Amino acid sequence: MNVLIYLVPMALLLGLTGLIGFMWTLKSGQYEDLDGAAVRILPDDDINDEQPRAKA
Amino acid sequence: MAEIIDLSSFVEHKAPGLAHMTLAVDGVGCAGCIRKIENGLTRLPGIVDARLNFTQRRLAVDWRDGEIDAARIVKTLADIGYPAHPFAPERVEADETRQARQLLRCLGVAGFAAMNVMLLSVSVWAGNVSDMTQETRDLFHWLSALIALPAAAYAGQPFFQSAWRALRSRALNMDVPISVGVVLALGLSVYETATHAVHAYFDSALMLLFFLLCGRTLDLAMRRKTRLFAGNLASLKAEFAHRFGGNGELVQVPVSALRPGDRVLVRPGELIPADGCVVDGSSDADESLVTGETVPRAVGPGATVYAGSINCSGALTVQVIAAGAGTLVDDVERLLQKATEAKSRTVRLADRAARLYAPVVHVTAALTAIGWLLAGASLHDAIVIAIAVLIVTCPCAIALAIPAVQVVAAGQLFRSSIILNSGDAIERLAEVDTIVFDKTGTLTLPEPKVDAVSVDPDILQRAARLALSSHHPLAVALAAEAREPVPYPGAVEEPGRGVRVTIEGREARLGSKSFCGLDENRNDELQPAAACDREASFIFFTHAGRTAAIPIRQTLRPDAEAVIAALVARGLNLVVLSGDRPEAVEPIARRLHLTHWLAGVTPADKIAAIEQLKARGRRVLMVGDGLNDAPALAAAHASLSPITAAHLTQAQADALFLGERLMPVLGAVTLTRRARRLMRENLALAVIYNAFAVPVAVAGLLTPLIAAAAMSGSSILVTLNALRARLVRDAPDETAVTPRTERARTDTAAGATESGLKSGLKTSLELVP
Repeated sequence: MNVLIYLVPMALLLGLTGLIGFMWTLKSGQYEDLDGAAVRILPDDDINDEQPRAKA
Repeated sequence: MAEIIDLSSFVEHKAPGLAHMTLAVDGVGCAGCIRKIENGLTRLPGIVDARLNFTQRRLAVDWRDGEIDAARIVKTLADIGYPAHPFAPERVEADETRQARQLLRCLGVAGFAAMNVMLLSVSVWAGNVSDMTQETRDLFHWLSALIALPAAAYAGQPFFQSAWRALRSRALNMDVPISVGVVLALGLSVYETATHAVHAYFDSALMLLFFLLCGRTLDLAMRRKTRLFAGNLASLKAEFAHRFGGNGELVQVPVSALRPGDRVLVRPGELIPADGCVVDGSSDADESLVTGETVPRAVGPGATVYAGSINCSGALTVQVIAAGAGTLVDDVERLLQKATEAKSRTVRLADRAARLYAPVVHVTAALTAIGWLLAGASLHDAIVIAIAVLIVTCPCAIALAIPAVQVVAAGQLFRSSIILNSGDAIERLAEVDTIVFDKTGTLTLPEPKVDAVSVDPDILQRAARLALSSHHPLAVALAAEAREPVPYPGAVEEPGRGVRVTIEGREARLGSKSFCGLDENRNDELQPAAACDREASFIFFTHAGRTAAIPIRQTLRPDAEAVIAALVARGLNLVVLSGDRPEAVEPIARRLHLTHWLAGVTPADKIAAIEQLKARGRRVLMVGDGLNDAPALAAAHASLSPITAAHLTQAQADALFLGERLMPVLGAVTLTRRARRLMRENLALAVIYNAFAVPVAVAGLLTPLIAAAAMSGSSILVTLNALRARLVRDAPDETAVTPRTERARTDTAAGATESGLKSGLKTSLELVP
């Protein structure tokens, strides 16, 4: 059972990392605009603005 | 228009020299829109940041003071093609946003803790049937306590606070048994751990919190979404008024910034922005939105005009008066207040369930403890079993039963063009057995339409193009018929009389009878029907010796007949209450085969009629759009308004419907009835779960493993049942073309949901006392 000495803290640490990650996403406003994130990925920002393009 | 626009009431200053404004933006539908809006704005000088929230359809703009102003930003957006209006967030909304963040944080903590404790618990359960030593089990239990206690203290706050508030006001709510259950489960587990016992309930307590928080989050998310949409609509509809400044110059201000004593200019075709007294000018006021009366009233200096009416013919200068005693809006407000107080007394299904539930649970637990003591068990064992009962009955499934259905139903209603204003509207809409309709703007379309059949198409096209140059409401209706919306160059409007222009070398005139050179008192041969057609208003057109009287009338919503027939087929009683004249109401009622109608009804009469229906045990759904309907909307059991309704009216309605069709009314009734049936099923499922779990717990056979399985099992079952609503094909959509096919479609759609509907309908009818 010696394996528990490092496995248990490791499991807790991983869980805690997840929680901290969640809190960070919440704090940085990533749940404010869920639909926006889905569509913002579509435009090609690197292409010149002036070129007319069909709507997505 | 080189007019000054004053939007300063919407601009905030978060830092010196840095201005911030939130705008509700209309017409955003795709990724391209985001880019167009954000890039279009950031290109302007002085703009620091522009970010569009696609979910909320709101734009946050920051700019450096002095380099650009709010009006320029709004104008730029309009030029890009997106009408926008500054948005002043309500207090409620800010509160809910804060609450939603807090709930999400609690949900995160509860989720993390539940996962980790479960990890340890599963090991213990596995170890208990194999070779785990007592030391290892104790270590795992202590580790669980280390995670569970602080996590529950944090994530349980929403429940503890609410339970404490309820207890302080000597009441019971759902949160009381929840809080008691969680605290006792944790306390017992710590005691058991300290005494090296085999079972600890840390995982049950945390899982309970996690599931309950899911329910709360869903519930709040739905309420926030509907409030967001309602808020956006309200600000997009916000009107501007032309106010005279100190030096007689005109300034455009939002109507909300008008104060008593201000003088405003109302041009022909514009809405009168506030209650007031006419100082200068004379015109006709179309008060159909306020009173339902479709014939305009002549107003001159000294006359009182009401907010929401349309100025038809001449420019008016109006002095804004305080909503003092005796004005129409004041009357309406007073009636409203009374009606709203009465409504807040109806109890929601969830609260009714909670009121019943809490005492039953506590009494069962107490009886269990006493029973075991009498049967000779030790005090420790009796308490452990009683707490197990409390844990297992904690209303996990009950707390999810209703929010889960509400979220699914709100989404479905939204797809059927219905926007909910209040969360408990679903339950109330489902209960109605009588529908009271307003006529103008509800059964009929809000804007009058040209009766094109009786007019030569060539003349109609010329008249329509000429009408583009006028602001008169009748001309606006006529202009909608123009195939190419290009106004004739050089058209001259004579306020209050008509428009004239030279086409192909000869003068064309559009306007009143006398303006077109016809004898005012003669009902001439050109339109014999005109004399007896009292429903329609006429606009006259003359060009090159040809004359035409173009009838413009209130038209029924395109699917009104089919929807009314379908509602009658579902056993609903329909009544029409209109503020309009009997001769305008009667033909409409006849066409819809409605026998119960009343005309010339005042707002107070409408309430009286609804009260009468209520006294006979009817649950009334009021559908109306006028300012005169607002008190009736509040008094009725449930209420619906078209999106075109007056501002105050919209605020009162439980739900708003979009579009030209009446179909959403039918959709609202069928969808909410289905939702209500699902809510009841869910509550029944939760009760069945308890019927199995409670005896096991009372018998003292409950282990943490069984508790965990039962709890998550019932929660998942309830959620799946709520999602079942999405499997049924959505009721009638908005794409039908002609009334005839529409009728056929309605019938098939009705058939598809009929079997499901019948039971729901029957139960809800049986419930009416």
